[in-house]
Amino acid sequence: MIRVEHLVKKFAEFTAVNDVSFEVAKGEIFAFLGPNGAGKTTTIKMLTTLLRPTGGTLSLDGLDPLTSQHEARKRFGIVFQDPSLDQDLTAWENMELHGVLYHVPRKERRERTETLLKLFELWEKRDALVKTFSGGMKRRLEIARGFLHTPKILFLDEPTLGLDPQSRNQLWTHVKYLNETQSVTVFLTTHYMDEAERVAQRIAVIDHGKIVATGSPQELKQQTGTESLEEAFLKLTGTTIRDEQAGAADQLRQIAKMWRK
Amino acid sequence: MKAIYILWLRELKKYSRSRAQIIASLGQPLLYLLVLGFGLGPVFQRAGNGSYLQFMAPGVIGMTVLFTSIFSGIALLWDRQFGFLKETLVAPVPRLQVMVGRTLGGATVAMIQGMLIVVVCLICGFRPVSLVMLPLGFLFMALIATVFAALGTSIGSSLQDMQGFQLIMNFLVLPIFFLSGALFPLGNLPTALAIVTRLDPLSYGVDGLRGALINASHFGVVTDLVVLSGVAVLFLCLGAWRFSKIEI
Repeated sequence: MIRVEHLVKKFAEFTAVNDVSFEVAKGEIFAFLGPNGAGKTTTIKMLTTLLRPTGGTLSLDGLDPLTSQHEARKRFGIVFQDPSLDQDLTAWENMELHGVLYHVPRKERRERTETLLKLFELWEKRDALVKTFSGGMKRRLEIARGFLHTPKILFLDEPTLGLDPQSRNQLWTHVKYLNETQSVTVFLTTHYMDEAERVAQRIAVIDHGKIVATGSPQELKQQTGTESLEEAFLKLTGTTIRDEQAGAADQLRQIAKMWRK
Repeated sequence: MKAIYILWLRELKKYSRSRAQIIASLGQPLLYLLVLGFGLGPVFQRAGNGSYLQFMAPGVIGMTVLFTSIFSGIALLWDRQFGFLKETLVAPVPRLQVMVGRTLGGATVAMIQGMLIVVVCLICGFRPVSLVMLPLGFLFMALIATVFAALGTSIGSSLQDMQGFQLIMNFLVLPIFFLSGALFPLGNLPTALAIVTRLDPLSYGVDGLRGALINASHFGVVTDLVVLSGVAVLFLCLGAWRFSKIEI
């Protein structure tokens, strides 16, 4: 379903993704694990037509996201790592907008929006502007929005960041349900090893833009001779803490915060 | 088509929710109108050019539409910053439709803002010579709005952050305004200035507005219409091209 061969992405001097190759089968839940700045999000951005690779080939459901962008976009849905809501619209309006952009028929759109907003406990707040929401509520709305249409491939980039255990549970239950009933292929990244172990059938560990290990959670533990996935992960990627370079958008966001208060 | 509509509607909703901003953006045109209109009025009259307020009102209307539309385009940068842009960029909708929806939304907002200024001008004592020509004036406002919303989209798509904003403001937006003949008549200018004003798309917009509202146009209303429509098509293409190249 997803095939990546010798993928490279360079930003000026810095190589974010360095010769990465992997394959995800149809109906598989695949986790991409790695420390901050390892190249996870960059890879997802290239797969979802937001960035152009420096080298290598990509294929989504047999389509090249570089040349058949529009066709490729019809195949996937994505929950981003960083915010992507319109703060000046209400929760309901954000869902509506998404539903229209993804061609969900009106009746289905309304029904699903209601179900999802209730599931993520935002129904009471549906007519409030998103800028009045707390961080957790915004995150829940992003997830609810991601489930409004059912794509062939679902990208989840650190979806549980800032979620409470209840919402986290809802999220993974729903992901598993979609995967089992409609064989949606799932490509996810996370920092929580227990989550990866719970849902992912196969895992790739990426560090400094290179894949250092691939396999089922079981296999990774065997390869490294460790008891838990967390230990295996640390053994593979070391214990030093990484800094992520702040992009232009992050810097702007900081400036904006200064002015909004 | 539904995608264009919903993105257009989004711009209108955001506009209608920013009341403070609407009021604030009436301030600058009001200053021009009152201070320059009444301040320079006597000199203008003595030079034998009639009422300066009558002359300048179409210019101030043009200015308002210019500023509102170009900034609505550049507001793309805020969407990039708050992340909403990504949401529209990965959606299964041709980017052309996304761009058109946004741009038309911005143009519509600029039109509404321009209408408010028309009302302000009327209150200040401006009188259009003929009501029959009023729709033609609105057509020119719509054209100005489209031209500069599209230009704003091109700029917003090409910048990474707000750092280039001052540069754009001082070396593009303000010159477009000052060189358009919004504040002075286009006749008998020094050659250099005459050439530059002819290269400024807003000159034709303001001139068209004068033609429609006070029956005094320099280039002729037909020329104004043709040039503005041509530039609108050109800038829409430019905007669509720049927008299709956005990477995040």
